[in-house]
Amino acid sequence: MASLTIENLHKSYGSVEVLKGIDIEIEDGGFLVLVGPSGCGKSTLLNTIAGLEDITSGDIRIGDRSVAGLHPSKRDIAMVFQSYALYPNMSVAQNISFGMEIRGIDKASREKAIRDVADMLQIGQLLDRKPSQLSGGQRQRVAMGRALVRDPMVFLFDEPLSNLDAKLRVDMRTEIKRLHQRMGTTIVYVTHDQIEALTLATKIAVLKDGILQQFGTPAEIYNDPSNMFVADFMGSPSMNLIEATVAKNGSDHAIELESADGSSLSLPVNGLASLADYAGRKIVFGIRPEALTDPEGADRNETRVVEQSCLIEVVEPAGSDTFAVTRLGGKEAIARLRADAKIEPNQQARLAFNMAKAVFFDPESTNRIH
Amino acid sequence: MSIPSQDNAIQGSRLIRALIYTVLIVFVIYYLLPLYVMLVNSFKPLEEIRGGDMLSLPDQWTIAPWLSAWSTAQIGVEPTGLRPYFWNSIMMVVPAVAISTVLGALNGYVLTKWQFRGHGIVFGMLLLACFIPFQIVLIPMARVLGFLGIAGTTGGLVLVHMVYGLGFTTLFFRNYYAAFPTELVRAAQIDGAGFFTIFWRILVPSSAPIAVVTIIWQFTNIWNDFLFGSSFADFDSVPMTVALNNLVSSSTGVKEYNVHFAGAVLAALPTLVVYIVSGRYFVRGLMAGAVKG
Repeated sequence: MASLTIENLHKSYGSVEVLKGIDIEIEDGGFLVLVGPSGCGKSTLLNTIAGLEDITSGDIRIGDRSVAGLHPSKRDIAMVFQSYALYPNMSVAQNISFGMEIRGIDKASREKAIRDVADMLQIGQLLDRKPSQLSGGQRQRVAMGRALVRDPMVFLFDEPLSNLDAKLRVDMRTEIKRLHQRMGTTIVYVTHDQIEALTLATKIAVLKDGILQQFGTPAEIYNDPSNMFVADFMGSPSMNLIEATVAKNGSDHAIELESADGSSLSLPVNGLASLADYAGRKIVFGIRPEALTDPEGADRNETRVVEQSCLIEVVEPAGSDTFAVTRLGGKEAIARLRADAKIEPNQQARLAFNMAKAVFFDPESTNRIH
Repeated sequence: MSIPSQDNAIQGSRLIRALIYTVLIVFVIYYLLPLYVMLVNSFKPLEEIRGGDMLSLPDQWTIAPWLSAWSTAQIGVEPTGLRPYFWNSIMMVVPAVAISTVLGALNGYVLTKWQFRGHGIVFGMLLLACFIPFQIVLIPMARVLGFLGIAGTTGGLVLVHMVYGLGFTTLFFRNYYAAFPTELVRAAQIDGAGFFTIFWRILVPSSAPIAVVTIIWQFTNIWNDFLFGSSFADFDSVPMTVALNNLVSSSTGVKEYNVHFAGAVLAALPTLVVYIVSGRYFVRGLMAGAVKG
């Protein structure tokens, strides 16, 4: 077990720079999730931590030891691959013990380690099978077993659940979280699924185009996104990002946005002094679907809830919630209502805006206005 | 309202099927006829062949021509039969096939899993070797063999065939390994396996189909080669194909056609055996290598 520090990491392929100065630090026993759209550099970053790719400049430290330039097998890491990468010609037991065999660990210790891991992951009955005879979920377990048996300082997971069907994915997600809680080993986990990121992580790093967009706890990433990309990428359905104009409202400010019927809709904003710089100008108003709800479903302890009338275009019942689509600032906006909310399409309905949860962005730089 | 008759459809397809089978059977006879003529006449005494009817079965079955072709027929100046030359060919083919296959596999491994700057150019140049006609390399190769002091030896022939085959074996293995998941190599690296451990423990055990293709290809080509054998072999290293030519084209005495037929079958036998034993892997392996790469 050890902390992991990444300092000003750069990685280029020829003239193409894929990682542009990444700084991340995760404490001992932390669960770091690297998340971002495809091509953002998250897998490359993981491979540089594993030592499967060289770094161009910067440093990677596991504990107090710099591992930059070290061979993968000397970094004290274990990795679970997206395709599981089980050796097709070896049995499950051989797959798990291959690394120990290479390191010259005697047969009795190897067999004990195989048994321990097989018990932990409940794959004891599979030990003599070949990978081709296993189901997807079983392969996933074997791949994790192969990593667990090394007892490394850091576990690396490269999109381990993306090849599983939806239900199994949720089960394995819980299992990985339970495993982490029991063993307390530092984990770095790559995914493009923001739900996986939010549920598993103690710290999330959101990447885009090789640049670290935001690094923080799941709550910070979700509630305080540092720019429009993070706000849009994390959360499902994603945050409503609505064009609005800043106006004076007594000593404070209000934002005005165009509603579905073309009329103007005004929402007061309290205590955000920096909006003064944007008076009379366009900004982007961000509000999560759950902060835009029916008046009965709104947070009763929150004083900054504003009710407005909106034209509902589409109603989508989803079992636990009902989603209502309206039009704000010329764009579709999704409101998340209670399941039994009385709402009909093509009619005006009262919607409660929880302005305490609202965030604002500069439309040019896309950065957050604090 | 008329319902289309099912009987008609079936009868129509039967007719077409009969036609297809007829054509196929004609082709089978066409291809098997030479083999039949060779086999039938190799079991006849010479007088029967002189009698004229090449297609009839022997009146009097005899294995004398086979024994003669194998151990007593006049080849060049010596009445040794094909036996010593058969062993010459084996001594040449087995090492040449083994070495070129192993080196091809290593080349394919490096060109796909340990890519270095300029790997594409190296592969392109190796590929070019597949298109160089035999005749062009004759004189340079003779110089090289002379320089190395192995001209006229079986070792020299092994070298020639190994070098010439390397382009093909590399091509086969490179295309096969290009489709082999790189994540497996990475997993083995993290497990601490080195270059050769990964090769022997991870890649080679999964290479059976392409290895069979390569071995059949190389075995057939090297065994059947005549030009290199006749150019670079000395008395004690002449391969089977050249010996067969010497047997058939020797100008002294009577032309023993039955012995010639037996000798020709003997010369073809090893490649036939290799095909029959591993042929079903051949097509499968060719497809496996061809899909990606």
